[in-house]
Amino acid sequence: MAATQTGMKRFYSLFAIIAIAGLAVLGYLLTRPATVSIPANVTVQASDTSGFKGYVKGAATAPVEITEYADYQCPFCQTFATLQMPTIEERLINTGRLRWRYRDFPLDQHPFAVLAAHSAACADEQGKYWDQHRRIYEGQGEWAAAGNATPIFRKYAGAAGVDLGRYDACMRAGKFAGRIQADKNAGVALGVSSTPTLLVNGRLYRGRFDSDAITKLVDSLARSSTK
Amino acid sequence: MIYRMSAVLLSLVGLFISAYLYLYKLGKIGSLACGTGGCETVQLSPWSSFAGVDVALIGVLGYAGLLALTLAALQPGLSGRRWPATLLAIMAGIGVLFTGYLTYLELFIIHAICRWCVASGFVILAILIVALLDLRRLPRRQDLLSVG
Repeated sequence: MAATQTGMKRFYSLFAIIAIAGLAVLGYLLTRPATVSIPANVTVQASDTSGFKGYVKGAATAPVEITEYADYQCPFCQTFATLQMPTIEERLINTGRLRWRYRDFPLDQHPFAVLAAHSAACADEQGKYWDQHRRIYEGQGEWAAAGNATPIFRKYAGAAGVDLGRYDACMRAGKFAGRIQADKNAGVALGVSSTPTLLVNGRLYRGRFDSDAITKLVDSLARSSTK
Repeated sequence: MIYRMSAVLLSLVGLFISAYLYLYKLGKIGSLACGTGGCETVQLSPWSSFAGVDVALIGVLGYAGLLALTLAALQPGLSGRRWPATLLAIMAGIGVLFTGYLTYLELFIIHAICRWCVASGFVILAILIVALLDLRRLPRRQDLLSVG
């Protein structure tokens, strides 16, 4: 019985060590500072959006509209943007069958997600949104691992032909923080909780995220809308 | 007793792994320590929730339940009883099946592997194995009656 009691004491000691170590690690992770330069979770003013409802590409007359809620630092969004979107663009958007609306949904997990969205918004001010958008996604592996993503986004903006003086002023002012937050709020109101989330003609999409599945869906919706 | 002690420690480790993933999902701890980046792909994908509940939260609740059960099973009044081991084997079995489903999603739908999820998978499998070994050790009710 004494041996059993000694065994139990040892066991509970080991249990306590693991519990304390685990709690200490979680406590450290919870209290370490996050890196965000553009303010996140801001209060949205009416003037922040001025009717803005995402970045649109494709014909206004397209029979189907897909809205994508995405986060630049989300790996799944990156795969979708770089591997599937070129085909979707070529097959559906450029042929007038689909209109694509991109809205920001920066997740709290990603320290550079708001900064990336803001960088693209500042490029948009100079008509270079989709170029910067593509560069940010293609370069995700580079900036997501960096200690400071700001100069990398600036480099992409320069390569896209953005006037860097105006870009810097836009970034410093955090001009589009409210608009990005408004996009996220709109997503939350629709039930978006992960990225990418697609809304097809206003309904949450539950299918596969590849160009073939989306082509089939768009064709089917286009046929039913013309009947 | 060694099996039940092992089950307690494994449940505790599983609880910390799922708590880590759930805190990440809540956006409380920044990025995940995951060499391949596959953890983020999995944790932020549309399949990171099941029936509207975060999979990581299901893990936290599941391991908390296992921890409570295994700690109770160590108490003198229950240490020789068979039902805690049976209940543990059932719970861990459900956990292994659920993990199998999640692994299928990772391999064939999401095309990314989350190392922390794999670690949790090994933990729940180990709990099932020690629960079965504990069951083998304990005599069945009819065996006791026949001896008596």
